[in-house]
Amino acid sequence: MNNFQYARATDVADAIRLLAADPGAKLIAGGTNLIDLMKENVERPTRLIDISRLPLRKVEETPDGSLRIGALVPNSDLAYHPLIEQRYPLLASAILAGASAQLRNMASVGGNLMQRTRCAYFYDTATPCNKRHPGSGCSAMDGLNRNHAILGTSAACIATNPSDMSVALAALDALVHIAGPSGERTIALTDFHRLPGDKPHVDTNLGTGEIITAIELPPRGFAQNYSYLKIRDRMSYAFALVSVAAALELEGNAIGGARVALGGVAHKPWRSLEAEAALRGQAATPDHFSHAADLLLQGATTRSHNGFKVELARRAIVRTLTQAANATPQSQAHKKIA
Amino acid sequence: MNAYVGTPTSRVDGRAKVTGAAKYAGEFPADRLLHGFVVEATISCGRIVRLDTNTAQQVKGVLDVLTHANRPPLADKDEAWKDEVAPDGSPFRPLYDDTIRFNGQPIALVVAEDWETAKFAATLVRVEYEQHGFATDLEGERSNAAEKDKPHKPRGDAAAALAGADVRHEADYVIPTEHHNPMELYATTAVWDDNGKLTIYDKTQGVQNVHKFLCGVFDKKPDDIRVASPYVGGAFGSGLRPQYQVVLATLGALALKRSVRVVLTRQQMYGLGYRPMTIERVGLGAKSDGTLDAITHEAIAVTSRYEDFARNDTGWAEQLYKSPNSRFSHKLVHLDVSTPCDMRAPGAASGVCALECAMDELAVALKLDPIELRLKCYSDHDQSENLPYTSKQLRECYARGADAFGWSRRNPAPRSMRDGKDLVGWGMATGVWEALQMPVAVRIVLTSNGHAEVSCAASDIGTGTYTIVAQVAADALGLPIENISVRLADSSLPQAPVEGGSWMAASSAHAVLAAAEEVRKELLGLAGKIPGSPLAGAKLADTVLIDGSIAGASDTSRAVSIADAMRHGGVERIEKEKLNQFDEDKKHARNTHSAVFAEVKVDEELGVIRVTRVVSAVAAGRILNTKTGRSQIMGSVVWGIGMALHEETVMDHRFGRIMNANIAEYHIPVNADVHDIDVIFVDEPDNRINKLGIKGLGEIGIVGVPAAIANAVYHATGKRIRRFPITLDKLLD
Repeated sequence: MNNFQYARATDVADAIRLLAADPGAKLIAGGTNLIDLMKENVERPTRLIDISRLPLRKVEETPDGSLRIGALVPNSDLAYHPLIEQRYPLLASAILAGASAQLRNMASVGGNLMQRTRCAYFYDTATPCNKRHPGSGCSAMDGLNRNHAILGTSAACIATNPSDMSVALAALDALVHIAGPSGERTIALTDFHRLPGDKPHVDTNLGTGEIITAIELPPRGFAQNYSYLKIRDRMSYAFALVSVAAALELEGNAIGGARVALGGVAHKPWRSLEAEAALRGQAATPDHFSHAADLLLQGATTRSHNGFKVELARRAIVRTLTQAANATPQSQAHKKIA
Repeated sequence: MNAYVGTPTSRVDGRAKVTGAAKYAGEFPADRLLHGFVVEATISCGRIVRLDTNTAQQVKGVLDVLTHANRPPLADKDEAWKDEVAPDGSPFRPLYDDTIRFNGQPIALVVAEDWETAKFAATLVRVEYEQHGFATDLEGERSNAAEKDKPHKPRGDAAAALAGADVRHEADYVIPTEHHNPMELYATTAVWDDNGKLTIYDKTQGVQNVHKFLCGVFDKKPDDIRVASPYVGGAFGSGLRPQYQVVLATLGALALKRSVRVVLTRQQMYGLGYRPMTIERVGLGAKSDGTLDAITHEAIAVTSRYEDFARNDTGWAEQLYKSPNSRFSHKLVHLDVSTPCDMRAPGAASGVCALECAMDELAVALKLDPIELRLKCYSDHDQSENLPYTSKQLRECYARGADAFGWSRRNPAPRSMRDGKDLVGWGMATGVWEALQMPVAVRIVLTSNGHAEVSCAASDIGTGTYTIVAQVAADALGLPIENISVRLADSSLPQAPVEGGSWMAASSAHAVLAAAEEVRKELLGLAGKIPGSPLAGAKLADTVLIDGSIAGASDTSRAVSIADAMRHGGVERIEKEKLNQFDEDKKHARNTHSAVFAEVKVDEELGVIRVTRVVSAVAAGRILNTKTGRSQIMGSVVWGIGMALHEETVMDHRFGRIMNANIAEYHIPVNADVHDIDVIFVDEPDNRINKLGIKGLGEIGIVGVPAAIANAVYHATGKRIRRFPITLDKLLD
């Protein structure tokens, strides 16, 4: 860990000012990922700007029926918030599938969006990694890549985004509210994270000096027919090999609307509008789910160890959509896959 | 007599542990304590060309950066570096010279006023290497495997018998490298006193081993150094040998003449010992009736370039299964890695896993129930030396375990049992371990108020030694357990070997008995001299200590209280120390056994495996404490689940670096992976092995568990996974 300055932001404008003034500065809220990375010398901020006391902890209904979630709401508080449990249980479920109770208590909503990949090479400063050290090469490409991406990869990077919460947010068409030196703006969650391309060191489309102030959930919460299924190497406290957030609007057995987002397969939560369109108007049957899975996984590319993810994702998509259609969502408390 | 032995007595150190009163090696305070942080090599083989510590030295609060170039003297003969359990070879010497032998090797120790400063300054140490070619991949180097030794004489002509067998099964089973990951980090606090003497608080399984080692390495007299390790937060074999942080902390204290603490990070602990990766090739040849004709077992294991670490992976079939022909061999491949070390049931956990999977495959080939096959081949003798056992209730383990599990309801066909989307599999396996016993000395100080202090250098690595010593002493001295205080794990206390091999329960208990007998002898002398003593003329063998008195064994109403005896004799305290040595019995084999039954449920589409039930029936002589004993076996079963499904140290052989050196990515089972575990202790009276009939429980609990789970996975899915751990991707084709 390097030595660094510490500053406590007095308000959002102060945080932006401090951040814009020092290109080596980082924001810190829960610190559940940043501190780890600092201990490993992967992140070496010159200054930590503590935003944990800023007044961004509210969950508020807006006049149009949306829900605005302050960036500093702890993951646990959000998962157990009555409005989330009732209107957006998909989000609650995805949050509870992630990390551990202790980490969820510390981690903020904004910080969850900012967490970095768990690629082992990214963490090990003794090995090349384009994300950590641009231009040094990707060790995972021809190395240990069992946990790596199969969609949206580039020649420079095959890392995955580790968040569960973001996968549900992507499925729910969440918006990210951002404040920065040139004012406020809002972007879709699905546009917030980037694919690696030739700049894998840039995870998000957040600009210099910008900070996440809130997440907004549109009114449609898919509270009847949803499921979040996370497949991993043990039943808790492991990152996803593949995860699926599925949400359906059913009219009888016919699909009125569908959302499917994948985690553990790409540098960002993965959605396919084509797959969702193909489901619309169809009966909620395994065949149609399977077809949607094919569309979602179009263009998947695999490396030496992660080939299994394509078939695993296909089966997980069908299972999750079936759970959603049957209104039997995956429990995150039971010690089994339903 | 047995108020405590055999009962579910709660841990005598439980309160100290859960309240934080128990101090661990990295927690002992010292005046003006300094903190050391280790800098590690990032190459696998080569030489340090330049080690620039100037920038680190200049950080405020840094006192020194110790390297091979500026350290105090260290012994230059291998003998000094060889501890009590060192394998053949030339032990690793931290900060000795510029040679890099493995990735993660310590190359400098930054010593500072606080840990954070030392850690920061460590990032400023610059190293230039001359890199040499290296190899770390066992499978890639398999052709370089060479026979280490022949632990068992071959019997008959196994190769020919295997080739000519009616039914033959031969396969490789691959056990990956695994790390112990004890909860407590490796740590040493070296406390320097003004006379230049050192008290070393170290995380270790053997304080006297570390003491002798440090005296040799630093050329010190025994009185110059004391080593203590009163509590150990798990070690599982990783603390049998002195680890490098104890050398570094001592070096720091000697260099700076101040107290120094070195605590390794979780990541750095992956540079210590580990269960070596092995390729286990097992061959079984049977007659069509299910009796064995041939057993072959060859293990190919990784070791370092500088030491030959080898354990008994093969040969366990000699204890378990009758066969006229057998051959066993253990081969080593020397690689550019650190030396492996013992890890719970070393050798057996890996080798018996392979053997028991192979037996399951043979049972399938023979269309025999797996238990029936094992009973057909059941050996009443240890065939390697043709010896009967002191006791062997393995048949009873099969019977009791099968009954508790409901084995008779098993449909033998793979994929035949279902529960909704899950395929259900039932598998079983046998476990076997040694029942070893070692010389241990115990000192008892009995005071006239009826309190006794029982002390011994043995460690309690979390296994419950404090508790069983207190139980045995309370019974032997006829005192309530609250009146017994136990002191352990200080090198100045009476002799004990490292705590390992499952030998400490039997060894320490009998040392307590021996010392207690000396106490009783003195009490009888005192009691007999009291005018009108009811014990006048009584023989020692006819007396017992009971209810705070010395009494006639057959008539306990003939009694003199300890207080009266000591008062009349004018004695305030009786202090007795006795070294217990076990009679050598070359006419019997000594082993513990188990039968493990596992139920798995495997999601047919997704490959997700859950171990929903485990029944472990254990025959291990007398169980001293059914509560801590049960916990011991349950913990082993959980570990066995990890070995079957989760644990694997993953190395990138292009770099020779471990890529999951943390407990987020090195998976062990979490609560959600653990379901019902039923522990059965099968009665196994054994009056041959030792007076109390104790065999030890430390290792037996894990042996057999991974194989039972792997066999259950086969039964559920019809897929035989021979490369551990069994992760879901291996089931998905």
